[in-house]
Amino acid sequence: MPFQSTVGDYQTVATLETFGFLPPMTQDEIYDQIAYIIAQGWSPLVEHVHPSNSMAIYWSYWKLPFFGEKDLNVVVSELEACHRAYPDHHVRIVGYDAYTQGQGSCFVVFEGR
Amino acid sequence: MSKKYDAGVKEYRDTYWTPDYVPLDTDLLACFKCTGQDGVPKEEVAAAVAAESSTGTWSTVWSELLTDLDFYKGRCYRIEDVPGDKEAFYAFIAYPLDLFEEGSITNVLTSLVGNVFGFKALRHLRLEDIRFPIAFIKCCAGPPNGIAVERDRMNKYGRPLLGCTIKPKLGLSGKNYGRVVYECLRGGLDFTKDDENINSQPFQRWQNRFEFVAEAIKIAEQETGERKGHYLNVTANTPEEMYERAEFAKELNQPIIMHDFITGGFTANTGLSKWCRKNGMLLHIHRAMHAVIDRHPKHGIHFRVLAKCLRLSGGDQLHTGTVVGKLEGDRQTTLGYIDQLRESFVPEDRSRGNFFDQDWGSMPGVFAVASGGIHVWHMPALVAIFGDDSVLQFGGGTHGHPWGSAAGAAANRVALEACVKARNAGREIEKESRDILMEAGKHSPELAIALETWKEIKFEFDTVDKLDVQ
Repeated sequence: MPFQSTVGDYQTVATLETFGFLPPMTQDEIYDQIAYIIAQGWSPLVEHVHPSNSMAIYWSYWKLPFFGEKDLNVVVSELEACHRAYPDHHVRIVGYDAYTQGQGSCFVVFEGR
Repeated sequence: MSKKYDAGVKEYRDTYWTPDYVPLDTDLLACFKCTGQDGVPKEEVAAAVAAESSTGTWSTVWSELLTDLDFYKGRCYRIEDVPGDKEAFYAFIAYPLDLFEEGSITNVLTSLVGNVFGFKALRHLRLEDIRFPIAFIKCCAGPPNGIAVERDRMNKYGRPLLGCTIKPKLGLSGKNYGRVVYECLRGGLDFTKDDENINSQPFQRWQNRFEFVAEAIKIAEQETGERKGHYLNVTANTPEEMYERAEFAKELNQPIIMHDFITGGFTANTGLSKWCRKNGMLLHIHRAMHAVIDRHPKHGIHFRVLAKCLRLSGGDQLHTGTVVGKLEGDRQTTLGYIDQLRESFVPEDRSRGNFFDQDWGSMPGVFAVASGGIHVWHMPALVAIFGDDSVLQFGGGTHGHPWGSAAGAAANRVALEACVKARNAGREIEKESRDILMEAGKHSPELAIALETWKEIKFEFDTVDKLDVQ
């Protein structure tokens, strides 16, 4: 009788912090998250880094934080522009909260290779 | 104006019941729930509490006249009925700021919850709330780092943090203990935690534990690419040993240590917290013994007072109960003292058990830690109740997974992120909890199995200590 086990093998995965355990988001799902950032009154910010350096505290800013930007389409086009300019980099969207000087939201939108 | 010495026993209310008094912004205010012995008038009971917790004693003494006691005495300035309770009442007492040493929580508690709790004219006494004046708050160092700094150090944003206590809590060797830490962290948790009972027992001395845990964290960080930590319990028999353990954690480059603030005591806690600020160490706070003090609705100290005292004494994370898990905790009350941990101003709100406006000034916030009998099915409610600035800790809900701790950790992480994503997208996560979790389980076998394993487990007992509302 072949050995059958109900115990599965859990393989460690390298992840990029928040939402790293979910499947890649669809475009609509990403838009929902950006809309949430804007609705909270946070400033959208795009950052990127080479995958070899993904644990660094500081990723490079794409331009500057988009202070006070309320237009979802502007944010999406900046994310895409950053991805085009650095196709092999991780690109993440941040909801920058000036009140706490923290990131109310932060997740990787494009994974570099 | 000078007074004459008149030996004998006066009624407390002649001196300490002052209904016309308007509290000063610098006064420390307290609300006590009093239950007097039969036949003792409310004013006399309330005045006795004010007297015995400040300047008074049972007899008039000549040496009182060497000073201006009216300047130093505590005063009861208001009495209120407790809704739905015929025998108990609230006494509001104002204490002049000069009664307390600057920044000393130990001193405040020694006065407010000292002798007075054994006073014979009282059957029960409970300290419900303290309003600390901003002048006192500015004398306290508070959390060594606070929520914003902890997020920056650990690189965790936009979601609650995930933790887990290592089990079995007693009996593992250092190397086996480190193995369980590694399993949890590689599975996707941010933190693991020493159980509070773990100090330095014969089966696992503290140096040995610290070294293996440091190794587990190092490997888990390399493999996952995420920052990890483990609350190394430095609670010890003497302050000297406590600091020795803290120093060793720092030598091993560990991000966080932990302390048990009630059994260890406020003096030890405040000292350790100052050490943490100086040494760039995060501080997790456990609360063993709290239920002995805070669970009885008519006697003791309400946890909101202990939580406020901890924020002033110092800690970056404090256990608050879960509302939904295996341990006592009413939702509105819990929300009330979570506000006291995290906000910069908390308004009076009796529906949440907050008796005073409380201005925290610029004091950093403390993460609320929810731990005890929670599992993946609770995740939507936990995210809704506690919000992002919390640490959700699943012990049995991690290690009890049929595939082991790593898969249990992954199940929790998937469930958490699915809830946060759904909340941000505008969904009502408590109402839609089942759909959200089942959807997430479709792409995570670890979560699907966890959902199946814990589908029947509930802890539905009535809360013993409820808010006094009609």
